[in-house]
Amino acid sequence: MSFRAKKIEYLSEKAKKIRELTVECIGKLGFGHIGGASSICETLAALYFDIMNVDPENPDMEDRDRLVLSKGHAGPALYAALALKGFFPIAELDTLNRPNTHLPSHCDRKLTRGIDMTTGSLGQGFSAAVGMALAAQLDKKDLFVYTIIGDGESQEGQIWEGAMMAGTRGLDHLIAFTDYNKMQIDGYTGDVNTLDPLDKRWESFGWNVQVVDGHDIGQILSAVDTAKKQKGHPSMIILNTIKGKGLYFAENKLECHNMNISEEMWKKAVAQLEEEEM
Amino acid sequence: MKLEDRWLRETYVDLLIENAEKDPRIVIVEADLMKAGGTLRFRDAFPERSFDCGVQEANMIGVAAGMSAMGKIPFTHTFTAFATRRCCDQVTLSVAYAGLNVKMMGSDPGVTAEFNGGTHMSMEDVSIMRNIPDMIIYEPVDSVQLRAVFPQILEHYGPVYIRLLRRNAMQIFEEGETFTLGKGKKILDGSDVSIFATGIMVEEALKAAEILEAEGVHAEVINIHTIKPLDEDMVLESVGKTGCAVVAENHSIIGGLGSAVAEVLAENDPVPMQRVGVTDHFGEVGTTDFLKKKYHLMAEDIVEAAKSAVARKNR
Repeated sequence: MSFRAKKIEYLSEKAKKIRELTVECIGKLGFGHIGGASSICETLAALYFDIMNVDPENPDMEDRDRLVLSKGHAGPALYAALALKGFFPIAELDTLNRPNTHLPSHCDRKLTRGIDMTTGSLGQGFSAAVGMALAAQLDKKDLFVYTIIGDGESQEGQIWEGAMMAGTRGLDHLIAFTDYNKMQIDGYTGDVNTLDPLDKRWESFGWNVQVVDGHDIGQILSAVDTAKKQKGHPSMIILNTIKGKGLYFAENKLECHNMNISEEMWKKAVAQLEEEEM
Repeated sequence: MKLEDRWLRETYVDLLIENAEKDPRIVIVEADLMKAGGTLRFRDAFPERSFDCGVQEANMIGVAAGMSAMGKIPFTHTFTAFATRRCCDQVTLSVAYAGLNVKMMGSDPGVTAEFNGGTHMSMEDVSIMRNIPDMIIYEPVDSVQLRAVFPQILEHYGPVYIRLLRRNAMQIFEEGETFTLGKGKKILDGSDVSIFATGIMVEEALKAAEILEAEGVHAEVINIHTIKPLDEDMVLESVGKTGCAVVAENHSIIGGLGSAVAEVLAENDPVPMQRVGVTDHFGEVGTTDFLKKKYHLMAEDIVEAAKSAVARKNR
């Protein structure tokens, strides 16, 4: 097996584990944003277990890469990735959304080790990522700022404010992902308020755009490699994803944005994921 | 009292530049109002530390929050109306809730927006900002005070809203006076009524005190430059002596300094009090003098309010 194939296999295993831990902690709580959390598991695995320069022993390391999960409601998937990486014990995932937790439904930089920005009010994290990339550029730091935005979130005007500024400023150390699962709370994005042509829209704001299968880790790694080589342009990687990916009760179902999950449901889903051939 | 030679914004920009020379963390993040805010001078001095977002108030606050998360101390600016109601959610969540260190200057408070009129006239900005946890609200009176308080704003980690008159302020304080962020400043000792005033209303409060004095009413005048956190001790100590209060502000009487003082009095020492401010109206075009008369923000209005408060005290 080639080195690259081994790496992809390793990252696929991590993505599976992130998905399992996510459905387990939301399932134990009984409800949550499972759909948009399970659509970004491959991206989180690639970022935290290959791409990003972070240190769980030193979460505030000055020159680390940053991730702003602007679609903050997918927090539980990010918590699963951080726990798996060693930022805090995996057992802590069971405190999700419980009284006095460090793991609230939406990301909070003050509460959680490894969370770089507080997010939840859509569109805002993206601007903060632009600000982080500007600050890094000013200080001539070589770090990268990554951000993941939602497709529904991309209906917010603030996304396009930030897009315009990042394009103008040529922030080539800003790499954004759109979790393009094509669903939002009230229906399909194309019916509610269409984003298409999403690639051309980003291109027209001065961004380098790539479109990949968001569940194909090899494609994600290649796209980030290409993005990191860009000079003078920020990068948008559009992830074609499936909302609720990998979970029999949620996959590709409009109602999966935030749903009730019974013990039977999450246990069956985890068992199915375990049985899957990698 | 005399009108200062320079616009107050020039002192603000001097302070930004002086401090930026010593502190590399200071950056400015703007929304196409550098000309109005006077910060073009900062851009000339520190082009690489000046970030103009264009007409994007929401993005300006988000970008500033991101820069703060990287260790910078960003100073944002737009008109008070846009610095608060236009990007209230960004200020609340990306800055305050996220625990970040962004200083937000809003210029042209209340009627001083003059010929930009009702759309640009913020009667509610203090009310909006007061409701945001951890927010400090500072409204300078003159350049002497701004110069004294600015280093304290810089020293404090956390969001600060600076409600700044752009044009010439009336100089109230002598060089060398000391001020503490979060503490009131007594200007005049009195025994019959406490007048708490902020911003351009300090001048009117002092004129009112003079008129009252001639009529035998000894007014105490206190400048509340830090509207939040309010110096409750000074408010209570003063009314403990005078037995009644008047609050004067270039802002709606709903939610601003008048409300803040009323809350403290109601819960601790419910003495008679009167609010002088804009009585639940939108703004409109006009000179500051015209609008102050129209909205009853004059010394005479404070005098009338003081007499009413004193009369209720003696009833």
